[in-house]
Amino acid sequence: MTAKTAVAIASLTLSLGASSCLRFYDIGIETPIEAKLDVSSFQRVLILGFLAGGSKDVDPNTETVRLLRSQLRTKSDLKVIDSDVLALVDEVDRRRQAEGVAPVLAAAANATVEDGPKIQNERDLQEYEAIFADVDYWKQIGEEYQAPLIITGSVLFTDVQRRGMVTRSQETLDEYGRRAVTDVRRFEDRKGYALVPKFIFIDGRTGVQLYSESFREETLYSATNNTPPLSSYFELMDRLLPGFLSTLSTQKIKGTRTLLR
Amino acid sequence: MRDTSSPFARKVAFAPVLVLALALVSVASLSADRRSDSKEQVDFGIELAQKGLWKEAAFRWEKAVELDPTYASAWNNLGIAYEQQGDFPEAKKAYDKAQALDPQNNFIRQNFDMFMEIYDRQNRRRNS
Repeated sequence: MTAKTAVAIASLTLSLGASSCLRFYDIGIETPIEAKLDVSSFQRVLILGFLAGGSKDVDPNTETVRLLRSQLRTKSDLKVIDSDVLALVDEVDRRRQAEGVAPVLAAAANATVEDGPKIQNERDLQEYEAIFADVDYWKQIGEEYQAPLIITGSVLFTDVQRRGMVTRSQETLDEYGRRAVTDVRRFEDRKGYALVPKFIFIDGRTGVQLYSESFREETLYSATNNTPPLSSYFELMDRLLPGFLSTLSTQKIKGTRTLLR
Repeated sequence: MRDTSSPFARKVAFAPVLVLALALVSVASLSADRRSDSKEQVDFGIELAQKGLWKEAAFRWEKAVELDPTYASAWNNLGIAYEQQGDFPEAKKAYDKAQALDPQNNFIRQNFDMFMEIYDRQNRRRNS
């Protein structure tokens, strides 16, 4: 027997031994995480409208209603009710007017569309938030749509400006034409948008709030960058949608575990 | 005093020892058989899990721990199967059992730690 044959036999024996002695196997699993809210008693969901404001370049109310409806159509078992989008801010003012009470924001009472949204910041928003506690109002809406789960809340989409140090990677070529990447820190003006939504889930049968959750997302660009506000709005909504969806439907977390023999 | 001088008497005296020895051998062989049967179930379960048939795999591993409740690997695999199916309380019980049987096993500890991260998160969400 030559040395080569001996080595071949030995390696074959070793590999066979190793394969039969393999005692562990990595395996991918998807762990289901229960929804935060038990919505099994609802068949339908109504996303009617939000208290919205901030930037005048985007209508956060309409965009949020459309986006959430389309997300729930594909990622939830609930049937999404189609209805006109309700401007909740106007609804609050209308109701106060009917009762002979002054509008929530006196300055906003005579505001025109060109002046921008009635709600400009979080303080304005607080003035309107009492509507979410109006059980009779939501119960009435629930009766109108045959007792669905109602999703409402507030959405503030505002311009943001910041000044500060920014680190950027910069590519340079040396005298021999070789590329090098270095981090450069510089003082910069930056602008962008902040999205602050609060989602409120209401039982359409009783008008009572079941659950609420707030989010805050922000994105900043260089001052010279002209990113359309609507793109920024969708970018920010993309970040917080998993959190919103996990309230209503089971999410799966991918991971790896080791099976043993 | 019993008379053990005759061959027959010696045989009679030896009989209980023989019976005890035979009993010990048979218990040992039964235990080995059980571990071997349990191992078969574990191996089959692994094949099923690798094909994504987690319910069937869990059934095999349940059989395995039934046959041999001291088989840490079977409990570990059962914990993974329950976790994959979202049955967190049962998964925790199975992982706990696996850890108690083989506390030095790093694979079991790692699986358990990763599971607990998700389990705690779920509990926090429930309580919030």
